[in-house]
Amino acid sequence: MTLELAAAKGQRMTQPAQSAHSPLSIRGLTVSYGQKPAVFSVDMTVPPGAMTAIIGPNGAGKSTLLKAALGIVKPLSGRVEVFGTPLAAQRSRVAYVPQRASIDWDFPARVIDVVLMGLYRQLGLLGRLRASHKAQAMDCLERVGMADFSERQIGQLSGGQQQRVFLARALAQDADLYLLDEPFAGVDAATEKAIIAVLKSLREDGKTVVAVHHDLATVRDYFDHVFLINTTRIAEGPVDEAFTAETLQAAYGGRLATAQVDQLARALG
Amino acid sequence: MIADALLLQLGYNATLVAIGATLLGLAAGAAGTFLFLRKRALVSDAISHATLPGVGLAFIVMVAMGGDGRNLLGLLAGSALSAWIGLLCLGWLVRRTRLAEDAAIGAVLSVFFGFGIVILTVIQTMSSGRQAGLESFLLGSTAGMLRADAAIIAIGGAIIVALIVLLRRPMTLVAFDADFAVAQGLPVARLDLAMMGLVMAVTVVGLKIVGLILIVALLIIPPVTARFWSERSDRVVLLSGLVGGLSGFVGAAVSASAPNLPTGPIIVLVSFAFFVASLLLAPGRGVLAEVLRHLRFRKRVHLRQGLLALAQGQPIYEPLTLRLLRRAGLARADGVATETGRARAAKALRDERRWQVVRGDQAYEAVAALYDGLRDIETVLTGDQIAEVDRVIGRPQGVPA
Repeated sequence: MTLELAAAKGQRMTQPAQSAHSPLSIRGLTVSYGQKPAVFSVDMTVPPGAMTAIIGPNGAGKSTLLKAALGIVKPLSGRVEVFGTPLAAQRSRVAYVPQRASIDWDFPARVIDVVLMGLYRQLGLLGRLRASHKAQAMDCLERVGMADFSERQIGQLSGGQQQRVFLARALAQDADLYLLDEPFAGVDAATEKAIIAVLKSLREDGKTVVAVHHDLATVRDYFDHVFLINTTRIAEGPVDEAFTAETLQAAYGGRLATAQVDQLARALG
Repeated sequence: MIADALLLQLGYNATLVAIGATLLGLAAGAAGTFLFLRKRALVSDAISHATLPGVGLAFIVMVAMGGDGRNLLGLLAGSALSAWIGLLCLGWLVRRTRLAEDAAIGAVLSVFFGFGIVILTVIQTMSSGRQAGLESFLLGSTAGMLRADAAIIAIGGAIIVALIVLLRRPMTLVAFDADFAVAQGLPVARLDLAMMGLVMAVTVVGLKIVGLILIVALLIIPPVTARFWSERSDRVVLLSGLVGGLSGFVGAAVSASAPNLPTGPIIVLVSFAFFVASLLLAPGRGVLAEVLRHLRFRKRVHLRQGLLALAQGQPIYEPLTLRLLRRAGLARADGVATETGRARAAKALRDERRWQVVRGDQAYEAVAALYDGLRDIETVLTGDQIAEVDRVIGRPQGVPA
């Protein structure tokens, strides 16, 4: 009886704290390159412990939204909160996987070096890189199936392998919120399978995953939530409610080819 | 003579210069690596040229205050100040205007340098300026180097190296993936400024020996040279420091071994020699290794294609293919396979069929990714797996698996 009470009490104490603060909450965000807003007055509330896809046509502001949320691009207006407080206080709880094409892969680094970069923050300026850090990095490589490649120069990897190394670097941060920019873009089928398995395991551990996604056919299989954007917010919610023919039409307009609509109609049932 | 110089046997001044040049090269190589990795090597050119007005103005101020205009510490402080202003101008131009960085570098470099030359010319006409010898800062001059000058270089170099050790990880991360660094909460703009500050310090410290026009070479050539020898950024930094230090030492020694050899330019030429040797001879990234790799690869492709042609009874048109087959004892001059050639050809064809099965089967996906038309199948599959593949091949066509 007392045990039950304690459990119930514990639950009551933890649950409101979790539901009160979204892992990522964006209000009135506008980002502009030059005179044309890439993202205009967007509100977004990411549900905790779920996988959310950010979907929209090319140039709709998907990546920009993510970058603004992380402070990589400076917004013109708007507020971003992570777990209920400004981002600066929560950096260690947020992991970011940039687009693969955004960096020069001829950089002198081995696979393990890149993963270790995920630990730099934790190491600080004076911290020594110890065997335990290497073990931690190897563990992350193991999770994405890249442990055998740890000594490889990063330029020798295939696109899919590069993407998995980036994911391993994010895993090394041991964050609570994972933001991924097009993690499935241009990767092979084996990599896609490996990545989605890792993301699902993160969700099972109660972590929150947000990914910019471009393959409409897999949205239903991979994600719980969708956020449709085309400069402004088009729709947001659980896949069943927000990922419909109407919302897609609204987001993509004429750009969604008839063939794609047919394919989606089948996928949507 | 050079041997004497290398062993520091050429007297007090030459020894001071050699030690100073070594430390300067070390600091320049290490600091320059981060600039190189950040792909902003040319910024160092703007920084170095921007030191000149500061040198001249510092001289005028010191003379006006009744002091010795040639006080090295004062001149270096002035050069640092004007280099810093140049750096801020460059940053402002890139951030606030539509000017691209290369254009901004050109603008800052030429305007500051021009202004500096004007000031130097004015100083020439001053009564106290005739003996100033400030133009020696353009290309460096080690003739009258004092112990105090060497001490300034040594202390400056030590501080630079210490700061590099402290900031090496964040600076590497910013160079590799600036967006990720921002997402981690690193102050990227301030780290970039720190990196530029280090380069500026190297430039200022190096004015006496190498001069402002050639210091760029010591910042850029060592990292580029080191890059040929390592695929790890920490080692590139280390090697680059070594190349820079060695260039400084050897260059100073060589220039001391004969009269009228300018120290700075000789140091630059020595580092260039290291660069050329690395470019040609480095394993992996060197030109020679690249050519050999290509030739080996071409040979493998031709042999494989030749064997497949033999197996299928097709004629071989490529003279190179035939020549390679003959040299390997696989075919005769008329293009007919020898005994070994027939066996190897049959094996090549069988492997190709096996590869077809492997590449068409989802279960072998990881292996299929290794297909390059050249690999023997037993290097990627176990005996059991090959037997399994052979069973699939042996099955009559049209029967589902």
